[in-house]
Amino acid sequence: PPPPPPRLRWRSSFEMVADAVYGDAKISRQDIMKWNGWGYSDSRFLFNKKGQGEFTGKRYRLSGMILPSLKDWFEATFGTSLQHKTPATPTLNVSAVPPPNLVEPFVEELKVAGVAASHDPEGRVFRSHGHCLHEIFALREGRIGRVPDLVVWPNCHNDVVKIVELACKYNVCLMPYGGGTSVSSALECPLEETRSVVSLDTSQMNRILWIDEKNLTVHVEAGIIGQDLERQLNESGYCTGHEPDSMEFSSLGGWVATRASGMKKNIYGNIEDLVVHIKMVTPRGVIEKSCQGPRMSTGPDIHHFIMGSEGTLGVVTEVTMKIRPLPEYQKYGSIVFPNFQQGVSCLREVARQRCAPASIRLMDNEQFQFGHALKPQVSSIFTSFLDGLKKFYITKFKGFEPHHLCVATLLFEGDREKVLQHEKQVYDIAAKFGGLAAGEDNGQRGYMLTFVIAYLRDLGMDYYVIGESFETSVPWDRVLDLCRNVKERIVRECKERGVQFPPFSTCRVTQTYDAGACVYFYFAFNYRGLADPLHVYERVEHEAREEILANGGSLSHHHGVGKLRKEWMREAVSTVGLGMLQSVKEYVDPNNIFGNRNLL
Amino acid sequence: MASVLYSPRDPGLKKRDELEDMLEERRRSSDARHALRCYAPAVYKGLAPREVSALRGAVLQSDALQHVIGQVSAECGERRELVQEEAAHLLDEMAHRLRLGTVRFFAYVLSKVFKTLFRSVRVNEEGVQRLQQAIQDHPVVLLPSHRSYMDFLMMSYILYTYDLALPVIAAGMDFMSMKVVGEMLRMSGAFFIRRSFGGDKLYWAVFSEYVKTMLRTGYAPIEFFLEGTRSRTGKSLTPKTGLLNIVMEPFFKGEVFDIHLVPVSISYDRILEESLYARELLGVPKPKETTSGLLKARQILREDYGVMHVYFGHPVSVRSLAQGRVKRSQYNLVPRHIPQRPCLAAQALVGEAAFRLVRLQEQAMVLRPWTLVATLLLQNPDGMDLPVLEEQAAWLRRLALSFGAFLDWPDCKPCREVVGAGLALHKNLARVSGGRVRLAVAETPGVGQTAEELAFDRAVGVLSCASYRNQILHVFIRPALLSVALRTANSSRKDEVYTCFNFLWTVFSNEFILCPGASVQDFEEACYLLGKCCAVQESQQDIVMSEGGHATLAFLRALLDPFLQGYQVVCQYLCKETEENLRENKFVPAARNFALQLILAGVLTLCYEALSSDLQKNALAALVQLEAVTKVKVGDQVTLKVNRRAASSLEDMLGTF
Repeated sequence: PPPPPPRLRWRSSFEMVADAVYGDAKISRQDIMKWNGWGYSDSRFLFNKKGQGEFTGKRYRLSGMILPSLKDWFEATFGTSLQHKTPATPTLNVSAVPPPNLVEPFVEELKVAGVAASHDPEGRVFRSHGHCLHEIFALREGRIGRVPDLVVWPNCHNDVVKIVELACKYNVCLMPYGGGTSVSSALECPLEETRSVVSLDTSQMNRILWIDEKNLTVHVEAGIIGQDLERQLNESGYCTGHEPDSMEFSSLGGWVATRASGMKKNIYGNIEDLVVHIKMVTPRGVIEKSCQGPRMSTGPDIHHFIMGSEGTLGVVTEVTMKIRPLPEYQKYGSIVFPNFQQGVSCLREVARQRCAPASIRLMDNEQFQFGHALKPQVSSIFTSFLDGLKKFYITKFKGFEPHHLCVATLLFEGDREKVLQHEKQVYDIAAKFGGLAAGEDNGQRGYMLTFVIAYLRDLGMDYYVIGESFETSVPWDRVLDLCRNVKERIVRECKERGVQFPPFSTCRVTQTYDAGACVYFYFAFNYRGLADPLHVYERVEHEAREEILANGGSLSHHHGVGKLRKEWMREAVSTVGLGMLQSVKEYVDPNNIFGNRNLL
Repeated sequence: MASVLYSPRDPGLKKRDELEDMLEERRRSSDARHALRCYAPAVYKGLAPREVSALRGAVLQSDALQHVIGQVSAECGERRELVQEEAAHLLDEMAHRLRLGTVRFFAYVLSKVFKTLFRSVRVNEEGVQRLQQAIQDHPVVLLPSHRSYMDFLMMSYILYTYDLALPVIAAGMDFMSMKVVGEMLRMSGAFFIRRSFGGDKLYWAVFSEYVKTMLRTGYAPIEFFLEGTRSRTGKSLTPKTGLLNIVMEPFFKGEVFDIHLVPVSISYDRILEESLYARELLGVPKPKETTSGLLKARQILREDYGVMHVYFGHPVSVRSLAQGRVKRSQYNLVPRHIPQRPCLAAQALVGEAAFRLVRLQEQAMVLRPWTLVATLLLQNPDGMDLPVLEEQAAWLRRLALSFGAFLDWPDCKPCREVVGAGLALHKNLARVSGGRVRLAVAETPGVGQTAEELAFDRAVGVLSCASYRNQILHVFIRPALLSVALRTANSSRKDEVYTCFNFLWTVFSNEFILCPGASVQDFEEACYLLGKCCAVQESQQDIVMSEGGHATLAFLRALLDPFLQGYQVVCQYLCKETEENLRENKFVPAARNFALQLILAGVLTLCYEALSSDLQKNALAALVQLEAVTKVKVGDQVTLKVNRRAASSLEDMLGTF
């Protein structure tokens, strides 16, 4: 008899603790999440009294673990000392929140329509920002800028229709809010906005409305959070396979509005490949297609006006998405390469042969070392002995230079036999580029890193370290040049702007395509001695983006434009292109009700 | 870094490094040990280790070359393999084969040679250190000035001595005909390029890919001469931008983070080729480089060539130069291996950079007191009493210094000694008799010498001497143009003076290193310098000669006289030329003959420089630029169409100055 399929646990990279679906507006996310940092309040990095790194809470695999090498890595990389602390303001000073500018009849009519609303200051502050460095930095210092005047919680599509009608009637500004994980300043209230700003929180629209097993589609309300969607589908034996790194917190509507990309896009596709039907409420009315045909030739695809519109045209309320049966088998893997160049060549070959696993990512040497710093304390002498042996084998026996080698992490998915076959194919290609298989554990840890790295930024900010990640997509032949030039540009700009210690400037290739790759940069530095660290930070990021564009990279692969990257839009899509987008905006929303001023 | 190119308004304020004699060590210790010592230079941090053979493969297999091979094969219907072979052949003809053994041999021989030729070779060691750092950080391009064959031997020798990575050097093909020496140069890092290959697509592709591959991989510093050839006149030549375009392209296309251009100024007390150059300028063809010819040059070894100076300038970052000027994203839409014509902004940038770099070379050239003496002697063809000469030299020294000249005039020694030392070293050019100094040119014809030969003989002396005066012209050129303009302008109003200045500036833009488009800056610099030495007074609107300014202005005007006269002669010639279709290659001999006739007839007495082919060519270039002459290409021939009215009015204008 065939062996029983292994029990699949969704996302084995960390342990999930059932996270109640937010049925009631009053039990909002803000109760379990930080108001001035990333993620769950109970999960954070800290250095304990002995100076050892530690990750608190119970939610992740790393939770409750001691990380013995973190301190040394941290101090050596940033030239900081644990003596010098920059703690955050512990609690929100409610009196610093500007009083709400309310349009009374609007609020009254909402009440009549039965839409939940609140102008409680904490809730307004919580929805006034995304997770750009400057946004979090300001909150940690207790600085509160312009915040929405009112938060509303529609329960369904029809509530949204009502809200938009009322907003048009009273000329208030609507800003859709999904998961709040934006890193493009998209959620910042425009300073020039004088109207009442209403944050439209979609979190209550989080139901799966139906599953169609014949066509393998699911119809969902757009406020659902990634992990909830995936967990609930898993219960029925399905998944969407869309797993952006932010999926613990980001929402379906947000994915659509920003053209999100998931880690496993090689099997399941990016959001534009996954959606079959979208319903969006605009000031002109509801936009949707009349059928769910899998492909149409009906002029330019109107979905492409919606995807990437970043909340400037309306609110996405319902989405039909493709689903797939849960894969029977998952396997992690990793490959060590003698250097980054070989690694990129290998990924290119994998893409050429179109045999990329569900996910394949290549970290540069700095990130590889960073990954090591996050290794938890090993429980047995045997494990540490084994680790030592591995290191000896790679560096001494195989002659890999420890300061050049880099690692690719892999995730295979499918039926068991095919996964094993596929795995062999990929490892055979890797061998041609000097790659050595480096075990499942390393692979798994690599993916875990993705989820905790955002928490690490908060730790850095406790000790004078600020940083951010940003991404681009670039043709294959320019990947290496772009990575080298951007990293060097960051180092150079930091030096010129008086940063005392060389910055942490690293990258990884996170997605492969037929014609190019997605590259992610991490960049952080120690800001002691700088009068205006945020300004320095912003200039350096700006210069890094200039360098990306000069080297043939795109303005964004999946983070979107928001307000942070608006200045380059004309260059990115040409004047005519920008004019096209503007004319759509003018038709759909002539009074700029959706006035977050992203993108255009 | 960009500020390096935009020197402060007052060049006198520029700080310069100290120079040390690098031969001193060689005179104290064994040359053999020096040649055999451990040589382990610091290399480029991103160096992809590469053997010479791997380099060949990388070039031949490169996408860029393969693309052109495909094109050429399609265009001429040749099989691809044949074109590929042809490319391999071209590469082998071109490529260097750097071998340490040969380098050590050269290190030994050159130690001996240099110690014999030169009293000392002085190098700014701070510059060497800067270069060492630059080589590790970025691909480096070395851009020495070019006055002598010694230049690149000396460059490699210095880099070897200071344990720096040896450069690969772009050399003219003419060396290759010297069989043994050609191969030896190849093995010490020279690669050979044909003098002209304008239309040859394949050759261009092989050549540019060869250079770019070496640059991208950080294989070795690339060295070439911006001036393209040795300057026969002592003046810097208008830079050629072809190679500079090639080496800057990897930056524009993002293939490297940055490229550092290092100007190097090499100056000689006496140039080995001194009289050879003068003869060349007068039309005695240049001897073909042959090995036996080089051996004959042994007699050169018996002479004293004084001191040689090598000044390594600050590295100029291409990234800084291009900042805000060139949009690199223009290369985003075409694969980078497909040749693309650089955009106008990039072309302009490269052209401008070339001029600025040559100016940086000029400004760091060490000038010896003799250059001042030669200048004075040329202005006083009847000779000068020694005390007067000394006095004038001291005066000129102060003027030059206030203009920012990099003058190596020992402070501690009395003027008499300094001038005396120069006269002694250059006794072939100037004679002292009865307390009077004059140029060493024949007074009366020798036995069996025709008047024509005598004139040429004199011209050799004058042109040799002028090659030293020319070394210092870059210090005076802008104030000199202003001095002439001041005398000619209708009023002292600044705008009128500027109009005159600009006219002269345009006419002489091929003669001197005047950066295109910078005439206003040059005018301001000239006003500032003349104001600084109290020769003129400036007000809001006007600029006038000050009371004590006469001597300075007269001297500066006299500096330009030979050029003004020479250009007039060329204009006259063109007006009188009856040949309707004057072939371009006939122009120089005919113009020279015309000038010679004027000299023999006694019309033109003191203007031997009008015989110089360099001046004639520069004048022609100016006339073409001013549209007094048009070049017409008919088949392989280029003919000159003269606009007589324009040429004659230009002559009249020059006559007014």
